[in-house]
Amino acid sequence: MNYTPLWLSLKIAGIATIIVLIMGIFLARILSRNQFPGKRIIESFLLLPLVLPPTVVGFGLLFLFGKNGPIGSLLLKWFDFQVVFTWVGAVIAAIVVSFPLMYQSAAASFGQYDKNIENAAYTMGSSKWKVFWTVSLPLAWPGLLAGLILTFARALGEFGATLMIAGYIPNQTETIPLAIYFAVESGNTNEAIFWVIGISMIGFAALIWLNWWSGRNILRFTNNQ
Amino acid sequence: MTGACAVLKVSFEKSLKNYTLHIDLSVGEEIITLVGPSGSGKTTILNCIAGVSHPDEGIIQLNDKVLYETSKKPLAIQKRNIGYLFQDYALFPHMTVEKNIQYGLKDYKLVEKLIDIVGIKPLMDSYPHQISGGEKQRVALVRALATKPDALLLDEPFSALDEKTRVECQDELLRIHEEWKIPIILVTHHMEEAKKMGNRKIQLNKGKII
Repeated sequence: MNYTPLWLSLKIAGIATIIVLIMGIFLARILSRNQFPGKRIIESFLLLPLVLPPTVVGFGLLFLFGKNGPIGSLLLKWFDFQVVFTWVGAVIAAIVVSFPLMYQSAAASFGQYDKNIENAAYTMGSSKWKVFWTVSLPLAWPGLLAGLILTFARALGEFGATLMIAGYIPNQTETIPLAIYFAVESGNTNEAIFWVIGISMIGFAALIWLNWWSGRNILRFTNNQ
Repeated sequence: MTGACAVLKVSFEKSLKNYTLHIDLSVGEEIITLVGPSGSGKTTILNCIAGVSHPDEGIIQLNDKVLYETSKKPLAIQKRNIGYLFQDYALFPHMTVEKNIQYGLKDYKLVEKLIDIVGIKPLMDSYPHQISGGEKQRVALVRALATKPDALLLDEPFSALDEKTRVECQDELLRIHEEWKIPIILVTHHMEEAKKMGNRKIQLNKGKII
């Protein structure tokens, strides 16, 4: 049995999740604290991949990162690097489709606690950076972690956009969802079943852990125990 | 603090939902009590002085430090060195009482004494959700004093305390004020408290001093 799809999937979803976590926290923090014209339009644009078919996202990414695309041509010219048909393309696809989940969780997490808790920290002379690390982040953490798990699960399961930008190249861009599709197509049912069970177990375990963890942590600061 | 007399000058306007807040007052080394019905702008005044929100125009100055001036960038909250006890305490829910107090600690000796006097020593390892409203209020008071502020804003600081503790905390605040000689603004609903604590009482109604 070739386990490459598992390692590839974990690598792609892992890298995408880390990037999405940082981007999601950063943008949610900026957008939730500032009011400006066009904010809703920007927010809607960030959430768009949630409602678009993955093939549309894939088409858009192909257009941007293709050899002649605005970003793709620059990458080729400057770094002699091509995104299409590489695992990096799969990472970009995973980032775009899973970003809205992280963004929504982060925006909700930073908006749910009393702002005076941060203000109190500021009145004690703390810098923005200190307040972020010692107050904002710990208070938002339960929601951020929920977003993190959903992001990872979504990135792990990404199929349509990945297929369009990264294609199906065994051992290079063959993630679990792609392996399942092409195993079924080539009549290799046993391999398909193996990966179906595998990815279902990973997703199920992640959700069970998330439910258990968030239940415990939501109670942590509210229960008089 | 400089050797000169401490003074907090507050003169500003701010549009609120139903009225415009006009405030013009100067607080020396004294305790001023702000009284008035709910929604009369008391907390907004404290917020503007602390830097949590900003006036539309005017000037706020503490000693020789300009905190706010029309059409200039307001001084950041963290650079004002103003102690603020928020009405809802705003304790850090994920930190123990001890960590809450240590967060901006500058004067360890004073705090040790205060903890004893206001009777929160047994609570040091508890989290805010594990203690009562009155206990939270005392923790928030000690936390605000721990930073050795140049001015102190107290939004109903003793409202959740029982009679005995309230008197003890009031007396302790008067004693600290005697020692520090900083401007203190205290918001209260109790006329008796306003009389006892304040060198001056300021009555507010719909954003105006009456």
